[in-house]
Amino acid sequence: MTGAAERLPRLLALIPYLVSRPGIAVAQAAEDFGVAERQLRRDLELLWMCGLPGYGPGDLIDLSFGSDTVTVTYDAGMRRPLRLTTSEATSLLVALRALADSPGITDTAAVRRALAKVEDAVGQTRSTGVVVGLAGREHAVRPGVHDAVREATTHRKAVRMRYYTASRDEVTDRTVDPMRLVLLEGHSYLEAWCRRAEGVRLFRLDRIDAIEVVDEPAAPPPDVEPTDFSAGLFRPMPDQPSAELELEPDAHWVAEYYPVDEFTELPQGRVRVRMRYSDRSWMVRLVLGLGGQARVCRPPELADEVRRRALEAMTRADNLLST
Amino acid sequence: MATVRAERLVNLVLCLLSTRQYLPAERLREIIPGYADAPSDEAFYRTFERDKAELRDLGIPLETGRNSVFDPADGYRIARRDYELGDIALESDEAAAVALAARLWESPEFTAAARGALRKLRAAGVNVDEHAPAAIEPKVRTSEAAFAPLLAAVQAGRAVVFDYRRPGSTEAHRRTVEPWGVVAWRGRWYVVGHDRDRGARRCFRLSRISGKPEAIGAVGQVHRPDNVDLLQVVSGQQHGAPPSTVARVWAARGRAHGLRRTATVLGDRVQGGVDGEVLELDLHYPDSAAGWIAGYGPDVVVLEPDTLRKAVYETHLGVVRSAGADSGGEV
Repeated sequence: MTGAAERLPRLLALIPYLVSRPGIAVAQAAEDFGVAERQLRRDLELLWMCGLPGYGPGDLIDLSFGSDTVTVTYDAGMRRPLRLTTSEATSLLVALRALADSPGITDTAAVRRALAKVEDAVGQTRSTGVVVGLAGREHAVRPGVHDAVREATTHRKAVRMRYYTASRDEVTDRTVDPMRLVLLEGHSYLEAWCRRAEGVRLFRLDRIDAIEVVDEPAAPPPDVEPTDFSAGLFRPMPDQPSAELELEPDAHWVAEYYPVDEFTELPQGRVRVRMRYSDRSWMVRLVLGLGGQARVCRPPELADEVRRRALEAMTRADNLLST
Repeated sequence: MATVRAERLVNLVLCLLSTRQYLPAERLREIIPGYADAPSDEAFYRTFERDKAELRDLGIPLETGRNSVFDPADGYRIARRDYELGDIALESDEAAAVALAARLWESPEFTAAARGALRKLRAAGVNVDEHAPAAIEPKVRTSEAAFAPLLAAVQAGRAVVFDYRRPGSTEAHRRTVEPWGVVAWRGRWYVVGHDRDRGARRCFRLSRISGKPEAIGAVGQVHRPDNVDLLQVVSGQQHGAPPSTVARVWAARGRAHGLRRTATVLGDRVQGGVDGEVLELDLHYPDSAAGWIAGYGPDVVVLEPDTLRKAVYETHLGVVRSAGADSGGEV
């Protein structure tokens, strides 16, 4: 939604907001509405010119200003906000119901109380048509990892851990400054500043092999931004190498699971895709494991490496049988 | 939004909220500052129609009617009880739950909507700190193009038709479904409902729908049965981990770390002149395990079970055959 399209809903919400908070700081109101203080003052000036037919001194919305505060002295009958639209109610109710049905994320008792009150206020208790299951694959997380991560994020402590990086098939020890714990697509991730990589990284909890909380404050650099997940977990970079693969129908999931740059349908249900990757050994492992359901078209060196490793593997397996 | 237009619309809402009489357009033209400036009847009605549409888009319940049978034209008013959000007061832990819920979405449909909902709750006097820290933040994306039309169909109680490609299949088939709900489970979206072609309950993955689902039939025709747990329909198909199998493999020294993480080292062994260790590991999904192990190529050799050894060998053979088919080289 553009700034202009948000102005009318903001104007309509502003009067009841101020009515319920006499003497509120203008800066606080601006923050709550997510606009600059200058914009909020322009909104107040506009509302001051609005009111009921007659539009005389006793009909117009009246505001009284303190040095940095504002109070509504006449509201022209606008004491309550507009009820929630269907999609506003859906967004909130679906999320609350998902939290209520997922123990271990937050205090479900508080969520249930909040849910009942919101349902009551918006007058909607029926189904929204959307259900979100938040349960993760937590069985794969090693004992103690959850507790340590929670302790570190709550008390803002650094952690030392042994972590398995799937893209490089590598286990490394590193010290990180935790920022928050995120549950996304069925996996829990620790978002942290990695001192080794000098960047924000996501660490999947089921890939942490050992962890200890360090008696040292978590200190990510002050200017780091939390990750934006709207584009998904894998964010291919334009400078990464890419491979062109031909996928048989049984390997179409690859194009659904990983982002692909290009997607062309071919005869017999095959598709050709271009995929970026950060580590060549990862791409080799992926294609080797697909057993001919994926064929490397480009680059030729990658195709050669895959073929060579498959032949070597077969020789070594044959070797085993003959010894 | 231009100040003149915003001012006119706020005045229109205040006026229609304060009246119990239906006010015809001509009367509003006289009352509301701004309408009088319209140079012609046509210009006024054009502006007025646009204003009405804008209010309705915001969800403002604009009522149309006549005060008596003698009124020549319809008038307008806003019923306060339909306009106003009900009373709500939240304890601080409840407000924290609402803040966490509003942050759940990473979604074009719901991110702005959740922000709008919070704005109204705040206007109702509730204090919600959007940035209150949480122990864990769940995030849910809606990126599939089919999401919005399917949700609209569910909420309208209408059937839908769409082209659907089954896993491993090459062609899309037209399906007609009475949708009961849209469900997210482990990062994927599904639509659950009654499949008219199959005459049975089905769930479809949104990423396998090609094109845009189209709503058909009358509004309110589709009713979701009461005793259906939509999440269970989706997750139930995936539960029940098969019993695990113990496998023994040889792994080259310093290689295959992903496999070593969960393995027990049984002892050293030289294989084909290469140093390595014999490992024992529990495999929960033998089918996908073959692909995972095959990915390590010559770094891992399966010792037992024999079925897994053969499956990995077949996987490598498949790679060599498909590579050979292209280059014309011998296998």
